[in-house]
Amino acid sequence: MSYGILAAGAYIPRLRLSRRSIVDANAWLNPALKSQAKGERAMCNWDEDSLTMAVEAARDTLAGRGRADVAALHLCSTTFPFLDRLNAGVVARALDLADDVSALDVAATQRAATSALRTALDARTSTLIVAAENRRAKAGSSSEISSGDGAAAILLGDGEPIARPLGRATATADFVDHYRSMEQPFDYQWEERWIRDAGYMEIVPAVIGRCLAQAGVAAADVAHFCMPAAVSRVAPAVAKAAGIPETAVRDGLGGQCGDTGAAHPLVLLVAALEDAKPGDRILVVGFGQGADAILFECTAPFEAAPGHLGVRGHLARRCEELNYSKLLAFGDLVEIERGMRAEADKLTPLSALWRHRDAVTSFKGGRCTACGTLQFPKSRICVNPNCNALDTQEPHAFADKVGRMNSYTADRLTYSPDPPACYGMVQFEGGGRWMMDFTDLEPDQLEVGRAMRMVFRIKDVDAQRGFRRYFWKAAPVTPA
Amino acid sequence: MPTGIRDKVVILGMGCSKFGERWESDAPDLMVEAYAEAVADAGIETKQIDAAWLATAIEEQHVGKSAVPLATALRLPFIPVTRVENFCASGTEAFRGAVYAVASGAADIALALGVEKLKDTGYGGLPQRGRGVFNNMTWPNLSAPGLFAQLAAAYRAKHGKPLEDLKRAMAHISVKSHDNAARNPKAHLRNKITIDAVLKAPTVAEPLGLYDCCGVSDGAACAIVTTPDIARSLGKRDLIGVKALQLSVSNGLEAQYNSWDGSHFVTTRIAAERAYKEAGVRSPRDDIDLLEVHDCFSITELVTMEDLHISREGGAIADVLDGFYDAAGKVPCQIDGGLKCFGHPIGASGLRMLYELYLQMLGRAGERQRKELPRVGLTHNLGGYPHQNVCSIAIVGHHGA
Repeated sequence: MSYGILAAGAYIPRLRLSRRSIVDANAWLNPALKSQAKGERAMCNWDEDSLTMAVEAARDTLAGRGRADVAALHLCSTTFPFLDRLNAGVVARALDLADDVSALDVAATQRAATSALRTALDARTSTLIVAAENRRAKAGSSSEISSGDGAAAILLGDGEPIARPLGRATATADFVDHYRSMEQPFDYQWEERWIRDAGYMEIVPAVIGRCLAQAGVAAADVAHFCMPAAVSRVAPAVAKAAGIPETAVRDGLGGQCGDTGAAHPLVLLVAALEDAKPGDRILVVGFGQGADAILFECTAPFEAAPGHLGVRGHLARRCEELNYSKLLAFGDLVEIERGMRAEADKLTPLSALWRHRDAVTSFKGGRCTACGTLQFPKSRICVNPNCNALDTQEPHAFADKVGRMNSYTADRLTYSPDPPACYGMVQFEGGGRWMMDFTDLEPDQLEVGRAMRMVFRIKDVDAQRGFRRYFWKAAPVTPA
Repeated sequence: MPTGIRDKVVILGMGCSKFGERWESDAPDLMVEAYAEAVADAGIETKQIDAAWLATAIEEQHVGKSAVPLATALRLPFIPVTRVENFCASGTEAFRGAVYAVASGAADIALALGVEKLKDTGYGGLPQRGRGVFNNMTWPNLSAPGLFAQLAAAYRAKHGKPLEDLKRAMAHISVKSHDNAARNPKAHLRNKITIDAVLKAPTVAEPLGLYDCCGVSDGAACAIVTTPDIARSLGKRDLIGVKALQLSVSNGLEAQYNSWDGSHFVTTRIAAERAYKEAGVRSPRDDIDLLEVHDCFSITELVTMEDLHISREGGAIADVLDGFYDAAGKVPCQIDGGLKCFGHPIGASGLRMLYELYLQMLGRAGERQRKELPRVGLTHNLGGYPHQNVCSIAIVGHHGA
């Protein structure tokens, strides 16, 4: 038994927007964008955000293991949907973590995740660190092209780690390379050359030096150097300055996914863990108003539990999107005609949400202890017509079950941010069924009997009151 | 065992407004239009009515809550008036209330009136509305076509029917209803359509196209009921009596328990069996002369033919394509155009169906009159969705038949 990284996982949205589509729409305004027309960027579906991606990255990490011993949850993002409502609290409930979990939102810097990681290593408790980012950039900006949406998670604790911590260092500096503020909802960024020369090059190598010195590891022995940088060619320059071999500098996944902001240090770390051999040293750096550097040593090869996709699996599970308008519409960057049906009042009584938190947020139903029938939602009287026993149900989790499509439609009448709205009856083995939304689905996947997994998503948005409602949807089981 | 309602109550008079987009009318105008016809047909005065029932389903869209709007519109003399709502079965529920009041002796003459004024929403289709606190948090943003469309997927999976065959039978159903409504001056949609137009229409909810969906209409319908003796004392000769009134309501089995395959209506089958027993109908395919069913969507009508035990299970497509349910067929279904074309002002629909049977049985259906007067007819309402609904069935026929 030793303390270290016990598991790691990720979530990259299935939609990958062709950068060419962004450039084609905007190059008339800024021809310089043409240099960025290569590859694709991960893009949230309309029903995804930092919270839903965080839940999926955490589930990817926790695949095949119990959750009862997770003592702390650190949720890191600069794109939390709620400014005053514990976002980690939503994730904890969706993951059905214990009520006494210590949940924390870590925000406001691109190094939120490395700071959370460093702090957790100091505390040495069983901690799930999740970082997620749903990037939002101005239409036609360079960062709209270079950004990507995504999430990653690391589970720290005592056990048989896949990597152990060797050293860490930090520095804080109010170096404002970019900012977003109450007055300015989009990033405002300064000149790249200044960020590189006066920011990364001045701040990061020193922090790496202290980290390696604490670990007693030579820079030349770093096998995987994970440092996201929105500015090009910065990672190799920092590596060179720190004495790290250029071959150790890991691909920033710009071509396949884009820079996932505050999630990116963990995305790159998880990708490195998937590739690392025992003995490999992995250095992860987060930069933003200072820097964090954390050094790990791989202690065991990465073994994927059933259902785990990680960074590599999620990158492979892709769906090309060529329609740039969807990025604008999903990100609410243009005023789209949504029709009168979209005006329907979505008021959620907060008291009812609390009362139904097990069913709505955790997707728990009931199991009748008299007849064994599973059912959703849990109810006072068993639904089995041959039982109908009173007050016999215990909570039963449905979130990790595979259901089957019993009936379906693709509805073009009802309002959906991405029509048609696909939904139908999903039935679970052993009992339980519910009329559910489908998501991440192609029209030809509508088929009675199709296996569906449960995913945590935005159900809808109460635009009048600025409240996102979350529930579980059914998505086709990803081919292995 | 209850003895049932058979032959205890007869219809004294009926009325029905013109259905359609009644831009010029409020709900009370429509109520009075249906009532004026009914009360004249009954040959009574308003003060002779002992009790009344009002059916509306989406009252927040027009009259608001309670029975006050009916009492006020008709200037009812401070009698007991009750508003009922049970999805699309609301009209039949009002009729049930009035019939039971007469049968119990609590009223000599009772009135049932259904009304809906839906065309003040600003868009086509049913108004958006809440589904209850828990459902609002967990259900898809579902629409009626989206839910009923799912019957098609499950029906095809169960019976192994190709989509093309099902679509063709569904198209036949809609073409037939348009043909019938063309002969009905009170119908909302009176244009004739072709199979080709149905099949090429834009999709509303896979696999339902525009012509697979009924219209949303404004309208009202009204029935006045009494005992056979009172009807005779008022000079009535050909009496149309109530043979059966049944209601079956989902209890969560279809929505939450895995015994239902999604291809049929559990409630309709149960209500139909009970209704046939109550009415003494032994062989529905032979004994029922006329059908008015809840054809909110073509697929609903198709599977309902089986759930009512008129077509055998899996046999509705063949019966439909054979013309069995056409106006000149063995058992005409929707001879007035049905919900599809007469229109569907929700609270009025059940009473509108009874209105058509009443006219047909008395030989007063004009251009669309069935040559041989029907003796026994059945109405069927299906409120809600395939996976949780309210089904009402009424069987009416010549008194003593």
